[in-house]
Amino acid sequence: MATLAEPQDATTDDAFREEVRAFIAANFADELKGNNNALASVEGPTNETPAQKAWREAVGERGWGTPTWPREYGGGGLTRKQAKILNEELAKANAWNPIGGMGVMMFGPTLLEYGSEEQKHEHIPPICRGEIRWCQGYSEPNAGSDLANLQTFAEDKGDHYVVNGQKTWTSGGQWADKCFCLVRTDRSDKHNGISFLLIDMTSPGVEVRPIRMISGLSPFCETFFTDVKVPKKNLVGAEGQGWTIGKRLLQHERTNISGGGSMARMMGPTVSDIARKYGELDADGKLADPVLRDRIADYEIRWNTFLLTARRAAEESKASGGVSEISSVLKKLGTKLGQERAELTIEIMGLQGLGWEGEGFTEAELAGVRGWLFGKAFTIYGGSTEIQNNIIAKRVLGMLDHQ
Amino acid sequence: MAVLNEEQEMLRDMAREWATNESPVTEFRKMRDSHPDERYLADAWSAMAGMGWAGIIVPEAYGGSDFGWMSVGLVVEELGKTLAASPLIATTLAASAIVLGGSDEQKAKWLPALASGEKVGTLAIDEGAHHAPGKIATTVSGGKLSGTKAFVHEAHGADLFVVAAADGLYVVEKGDGVALSRRELTDQRSHAQVTFDGAAAERLADGGDSLLDDVLDRARILTSCEMLGMAQQVFDVSLDYLKQRVQFNQVLATFQALQHRMADLFADLATMRSAVEAGLEALDSGFGVARAAAIAKATANDVLHRMSREGIQLHGGIGMTDEYDVGFYLKRARVLEASWGSSSQMRDRFASLSGY
Repeated sequence: MATLAEPQDATTDDAFREEVRAFIAANFADELKGNNNALASVEGPTNETPAQKAWREAVGERGWGTPTWPREYGGGGLTRKQAKILNEELAKANAWNPIGGMGVMMFGPTLLEYGSEEQKHEHIPPICRGEIRWCQGYSEPNAGSDLANLQTFAEDKGDHYVVNGQKTWTSGGQWADKCFCLVRTDRSDKHNGISFLLIDMTSPGVEVRPIRMISGLSPFCETFFTDVKVPKKNLVGAEGQGWTIGKRLLQHERTNISGGGSMARMMGPTVSDIARKYGELDADGKLADPVLRDRIADYEIRWNTFLLTARRAAEESKASGGVSEISSVLKKLGTKLGQERAELTIEIMGLQGLGWEGEGFTEAELAGVRGWLFGKAFTIYGGSTEIQNNIIAKRVLGMLDHQ
Repeated sequence: MAVLNEEQEMLRDMAREWATNESPVTEFRKMRDSHPDERYLADAWSAMAGMGWAGIIVPEAYGGSDFGWMSVGLVVEELGKTLAASPLIATTLAASAIVLGGSDEQKAKWLPALASGEKVGTLAIDEGAHHAPGKIATTVSGGKLSGTKAFVHEAHGADLFVVAAADGLYVVEKGDGVALSRRELTDQRSHAQVTFDGAAAERLADGGDSLLDDVLDRARILTSCEMLGMAQQVFDVSLDYLKQRVQFNQVLATFQALQHRMADLFADLATMRSAVEAGLEALDSGFGVARAAAIAKATANDVLHRMSREGIQLHGGIGMTDEYDVGFYLKRARVLEASWGSSSQMRDRFASLSGY
């Protein structure tokens, strides 16, 4: 890879911007432009082309895929301002951040907060380089929305645990290297009996079965643990602290799901762009159907207020420190708007927007249909809308439990 | 809440304290029952003016403080919470028209009196029951303005009218050729049909072709601030009520059906606050004002509409009584929704501004 100055050497924002430009010019191949596989997060890893691999490695080496994470664990060590410059320059160059997944979005920030030094040095650098894929071992057949009801048990055997149980809805389980997992270490206490454990997916006794979804995709799995040995060093925090750590991770998950991460990428063009392309226009270039035009404007205004709210939450949380308590509001609104967008798009496109496979449909049209169906999961996973409503009512508004 | 600077925080705290202590809803009730001609309490307006609120968006050279739109918006929001009746919005908007479109002489002539609160100003735009800035029949000939404006806010206390005519905005002072006919609306504030019959008028010629639109966008955003305060208050009192009221041996707040409705309203309120604050930020930065105004007013209309309906329903029968305040918010809400652009008008404007 190209050798350039370390980011610390950039003394001013302008110099840093120049440095980023030079880096992109040296490492981002022309053939990659517009070639970001937006559905990778639901379809799983595609075979990387050599150019994609080179780009991921170059970004990973700099830590720029996780720009604000500490340098000592492989992050970029950049200031927020520099990270913003980096994003701006990537967008200008029609490039993207190739480092992603649950490790970056959910597990990494949580481990940085709760993990031991040894755990951070072991697990964070491969995440920053995009080498290791993490999956989430939370939900179980009888512990979905009632997550604390989980029964997967980790029995203390001195220097290790032996884990038995079943997880479900393990996103990307079939191609994950490791799993961050909530397990029960004490059967007598619902919340304080839960621990946060890291499990190697190649361990003997781990079995993964993909679940076929209505979208035709299989991004979720059932995961079975049968007498799986997990060393004690893989326990994050104290035994019994898993519920606290796990909830913190869910705040990151909610922020990410709603904040336009995978969802926004899957959305692509705006609804009005699609309407201009597929809908009938009048002589003035307005949409000919006034009712549809009104509904699209209504949708786009609400989408704007959502983006403004996400921005406001970020600014307020930056000013006050900590993750905003508004994350449940963002999760609830963002996922609903994502689904509305897909429904509106199909309506605008008519039957052309409902192709399943084969001829007569563009790749984007077919992807849109799969995305519409997959998107029904947005309001279910990561804490369903109903669970977010409970969180808002109880934790934010102080409404009481039924006596 | 937007991240505020120290001055803005002080201003907001001062407004909150004043509204809570000196102008609670009982003061609005007192005004309603005594119905002074101008439909606000003169002492309260003097107090507001004395605190400099009428001059917040007026440049220092003309007697204002030039603290900006975010600042005046914070004050208006706090006043909205207690339904404080005043011509603050109307006067601020009239002043903004003169700031944007007045000549140096015109600014020197009118702004200091508006900024100090000595004179009350207002906008006289629409000529029918619906907001329709594209349909202005009022004309001016030889410096004399003639036309009829329906439903002018704060007309009875106004000394100065900023009037839309077919060829631009004019300033008309009350006096010869200006006649008011009261139009009592459900919010029981001052509204009037104002008939101008050869009234002396001065054109605001320096604001360019978009002056009317620019002033209306300010009206939309500032009105949304009052609506935000109202929505916040209805939400807060409804939540308090649910936490106290016992039915079926349970506090209402424990029922999930009610918890989820409150969560929905809380989310709506969050988006409303974002939209309104973004409108104020747009005004202060001068960037993207028209779109931001359409977003703010459409959102404020829709959320306050829902909130004011739910406010009654969540209170049950008690919410229907005149003794309870929540009905006042419903009645004011509909008047503000119909002013300066309905939701469907704002969506039409948003779509046009977005090129579809």
